[in-house]
Amino acid sequence: MTRIFSVFLILIAFTLQAKAGLQIDEVTSPGGIKAWLVEEHSIPFIALEIRFKGGTSLDVEGKRGAIYMMSGLLEEGAGDLDAQGFQKARDTLAASFSFDAHGDSVTVSAKFLRENRGEALELLRKAIIKPRFDQVALDRVRAQMVSIIAGDQKDPQEIATEAFDQLAYGDHPYATSSTGTTESVNRFTREDIQEAHANSMARDQMFVSAVGDVSAEELGLILDELLGELPETGAPKPPRAEVKITGGITVIDFPSPQSVAIFGHEGIRRDDPDFFAAFVMNQVFGSSGFTSRLTLEVREKRGLTYGVYTYLGSYDLAELFQGSVASANDRIAEAVAVIQSEWVKLADQGVTQEELEAAKKFLTGAYPLRFDGNRRIASILANMQLDDLPISYIETRNDKVNAVTLEDVARVAKRLMKPEDLRIVVVGQPVGLASTD
Amino acid sequence: MRLLFLLIGLGLSFSSIARAADDITTFRLKNGMDAIVIEDHRAAVVTHMVWYRVGAADEEAGKSGIAHLLEHLMFKGTKNLESGEFSRVVSANGGSENAFTSFDYTGYFQRVASDRLELMMEMEADRMRGLILSEEDVTTERDVVLEERNSRTENNPGALFSEQRMASLYLNHPYGVPTIGWKHEIEQLNRKDALAFYQKYYAPNNAILIVAGDVDPKQVKKLARKYYGRLKASDGITERVRPSEPPQIAPRRLQYSDNRVSQPYVIRTYLAPERNPGNQKPAAALALLAELLGGDGLSSVLGRELQIKQKLALQVSAFYDGLSLDKSGFGLVVVPVEGVSLAEAEDAMDNAVAKFMKDGVDTDHLARLKAQIKASDIYARDSVQGLARRYGEALTSGLTVADVDAWSEILQAVTPDDIMAAAELVFDRRQSVTGWLMRDETEASQ
Repeated sequence: MTRIFSVFLILIAFTLQAKAGLQIDEVTSPGGIKAWLVEEHSIPFIALEIRFKGGTSLDVEGKRGAIYMMSGLLEEGAGDLDAQGFQKARDTLAASFSFDAHGDSVTVSAKFLRENRGEALELLRKAIIKPRFDQVALDRVRAQMVSIIAGDQKDPQEIATEAFDQLAYGDHPYATSSTGTTESVNRFTREDIQEAHANSMARDQMFVSAVGDVSAEELGLILDELLGELPETGAPKPPRAEVKITGGITVIDFPSPQSVAIFGHEGIRRDDPDFFAAFVMNQVFGSSGFTSRLTLEVREKRGLTYGVYTYLGSYDLAELFQGSVASANDRIAEAVAVIQSEWVKLADQGVTQEELEAAKKFLTGAYPLRFDGNRRIASILANMQLDDLPISYIETRNDKVNAVTLEDVARVAKRLMKPEDLRIVVVGQPVGLASTD
Repeated sequence: MRLLFLLIGLGLSFSSIARAADDITTFRLKNGMDAIVIEDHRAAVVTHMVWYRVGAADEEAGKSGIAHLLEHLMFKGTKNLESGEFSRVVSANGGSENAFTSFDYTGYFQRVASDRLELMMEMEADRMRGLILSEEDVTTERDVVLEERNSRTENNPGALFSEQRMASLYLNHPYGVPTIGWKHEIEQLNRKDALAFYQKYYAPNNAILIVAGDVDPKQVKKLARKYYGRLKASDGITERVRPSEPPQIAPRRLQYSDNRVSQPYVIRTYLAPERNPGNQKPAAALALLAELLGGDGLSSVLGRELQIKQKLALQVSAFYDGLSLDKSGFGLVVVPVEGVSLAEAEDAMDNAVAKFMKDGVDTDHLARLKAQIKASDIYARDSVQGLARRYGEALTSGLTVADVDAWSEILQAVTPDDIMAAAELVFDRRQSVTGWLMRDETEASQ
């Protein structure tokens, strides 16, 4: 049990942190592959992060779920090794690899010991370049995916998210779950998975970072060996999604004592001049932690929920301003009413000077704190590149937060917070709430 | 790939601790408060934690949930800080914070820039003895906790099933009562209960300070004396003796069906010994046994047999967590593929374990696990917060710093014979609960 729940969201690069004096080098391999490196020789291991931009948004029409499934198959046999052989080899080296697929990226996270880095990297190379996608592994992972999809259909949080995305994105890939449907997953052939691999893991989509006991020269050679054989180009990005959400309430009946609500409307682009103002605004309004307006009003004062929060969902192809809350069926209506009224209040009145200062203090003070581990730093550096941020961003980020004024927040609140567009999707058996359309 | 379900303590059951000779310092204040300082100077960050040797298993009968409710209430005021101000100050300093309650401990932490450590110590010391609660604080926060229970348990059939299984595994010991509390008992908790629990257990002689990060141990000691050193010890702290288990002579079986279940599974938990101070060998053998049977993926005994060979299972697992003050559990899980009944899955699980008992330990497999344990010593050093947490859990489970430091070597010394002996002892069906989680009743008769 914890006092607050952890929020697992797609974090925007804006929350990335830097430590003054952190030495980041941009390394270019002889073969032309770039990577960001922090040398840290005090612990004899290396953390390596690779990102491929695009992710499950690159699923071919009619094959939703193929890229997610492909990512689950990368550790299930590669080169001359079948699934068991691969996993034994990895365990013998005490290396750890993880592969994942998200809405906007395919990610590879690896850590391995300096002493056997050559063998570990050769194994990782096989997984990335020469995955086997054996039929037996395909069928095994397919069955797991079908079970995951069935589970999501009985999970109120997932039901709400899927319904909200459907309303928000229409026929764009963002509208449906990355895992696909039972029907699509049951259809996939080995060729479909190979196609997903070629589409979503190519050099023109790739960003790399390394932190640990490795020199720039060594890393250069590693990059060519590890990634040099990937195809030059992957699938082109799909077009931007048009956010179509309209205001109102959608209730989805689900037999459970507690209702789960997902709410929101259109958001703001990551490269918008007012993005920082919006970010500070959200910190005041609905950030996780104990001090946001929503937490104070819904949880601390009224005891209506364990967790309520909002976030800027600024993705590659669309932007949402979104949030979530969960309350007992007979209390959710009150929680929703409080959130709606806070929405109006923020749009009309912005934030106070005191709130602005507190938010800035938190954001700028927390900034250096996340740089405390090789794996964390490697992940941060890879995500920065994915979001097209320069290395120098680290030096300027706090200045941008500090530059946000009361007027900036008032302006962005008026523009961003649209009570009339606020859509609330409720899954459960809420008392006193009904669908409005 | 998401796992089909998660269990606490899964996977890292043998995770050991790196100890580079001089980066850990320990001391004890005159009022009985223990302290551990872990140095890591890679970044100017510090994690400040206070752990209390009290958890849900120390609650009075009928007051389940009071340890956890009090954890929430610790963020209310003192005579120096108004309600909510603690969090505002942490936040204004760029810090993050949280708290956690388990059977054996309750802990509080903040993560801040290392030059803010003193402020955190001052505030944490202030609320150790100076908490002020109003009736309204308690009733509102009780509602929050009831919503937390809704989110974690009432809305989650797997969690409801787990509560019922734990209640059956322990016939007499309070580990059978959920940490968050039974709903009907949470509803009755009040201010008086919270304050009584607080006054009895929240005191320096029942607390452990852990400071980890970019700090100088001498400076930490000075600050600890200044802020924690002035607090008065409680005279209510006695040896932690809980009601113990009688001989368990009857295997128990449970079937729970809930139409919110999408994926049925079978899970069996055996009562198992925990890590004990100066005597961790049986626990080390069990930790390795769990890894051999159902650890990482397809190369485990159950994975090889049920996923690869017989293709009966979507996922398998074996779990054991030895960090526990009293008797722990050793578990086996099989998630069957569509079309395979829970009875068939359970039979296949039993047959695979029986085969293991006959064949013995695959020594190559054991060698792979030991290589991973050795490497985990290195990887663990990357997260100083993780190290801090490991010491906190161990010390509140009755272990010493020396036990924590010895764990890795004890694991390395475990032999195949040790593992088989531990398996013989733990696989006693009379001390077990076998549970089937089902979509509906008809699955029981399939």
